[in-house]
Amino acid sequence: MMAPELSAYLALVLVGFLPNEIWRALGLLLARGLDEDSEIVVWSRAVATAILAGVIAKLILFPSGALTSIPLFVRVAAAVCGFAAFLGIRRSAFAGVLVGEAILLLGGFLFAG
Amino acid sequence: MPAPATFASSAAAYFGGLKSVLTSVFFPVIAGTYVGIGALAHDFSFSAGWLALSTVLVWAAPAQVILISALGTGSALIEAAIAVSLSAIRLFPMVVALLPLLRRKETRLRQLLLPAHFTAVSMWVESLRLLPAVPQQHRIPFCNGLSSGYMATATTFGFVGFYLAAGLPPLLAGALLFLTPMSFLISTARNAKMLLDRVALVLGLALGPVLSSLNVDLDLMWTGVLGGSGAYVIHRLREAAA
Repeated sequence: MMAPELSAYLALVLVGFLPNEIWRALGLLLARGLDEDSEIVVWSRAVATAILAGVIAKLILFPSGALTSIPLFVRVAAAVCGFAAFLGIRRSAFAGVLVGEAILLLGGFLFAG
Repeated sequence: MPAPATFASSAAAYFGGLKSVLTSVFFPVIAGTYVGIGALAHDFSFSAGWLALSTVLVWAAPAQVILISALGTGSALIEAAIAVSLSAIRLFPMVVALLPLLRRKETRLRQLLLPAHFTAVSMWVESLRLLPAVPQQHRIPFCNGLSSGYMATATTFGFVGFYLAAGLPPLLAGALLFLTPMSFLISTARNAKMLLDRVALVLGLALGPVLSSLNVDLDLMWTGVLGGSGAYVIHRLREAAA
């Protein structure tokens, strides 16, 4: 029991903390100024956006645990409707999340597997 | 522009920063985000203590979502590390932009360690908005108060999500888990001001599941590099044409 728990904490430090914190440390040490519009920053922002988008899509399409009991088409419909509500209702994130969740609950209730 | 604030002491400045958390627009955003992340951590069988430590140490919601889902689905450690690091590059220019507001001639490097670690989107936006009205000598404690308030909010609501996910019936637990992809999809789209960001979002949404179901090694890294570079090339071509 001890070993997997310990390795989870080790992974947190090595895989989560250090690769993330290095950029803050670099910012502190090389603070002479990197323009926010420089090409490398623009490119890295696009890479980060694409990674996060990939994770989002995987969480919706290939979930684990409790979300698997809600059918795929309900999850996709909820995400699409939530996003459409965000665009349609004055770009309100709150409205978008609310509509997405409502569709998911309704669909899950009607079509639960 | 907020009204100028004056503080009697560094402690007062710290509590001034802490107090500004409650009226901040980021308070409900952080609370909702971390309820989702707490549920996600529970779903992937991490402990509540691990989740809290990840909030304190990593302190970047996107990196935590990537870390939890990558480790939870059994990705190679090096792949998870690369994906986390690629998602964190944005912290670099944010720290660089924040420091001139905090640093004075007599400021020691160690006084800047905490503000640098606390740097994340929410804290950064609020610091840049509020700090100019705070007297120079009280900016670091104010910033630390603001940031530790955000971190305490995140940790608390992480626990809320974790234990809700553990106790709720499957349908409601599923709805809690849906909070993370739904809210991140919307917040990423909302932050996508340029065509570049929108194209990167769409390419990432498409490439992530495709590369994953093709069992490509380091699929998250390739999603980022291919999707991000593709978006960058389109952005440059559009600029050249304009």
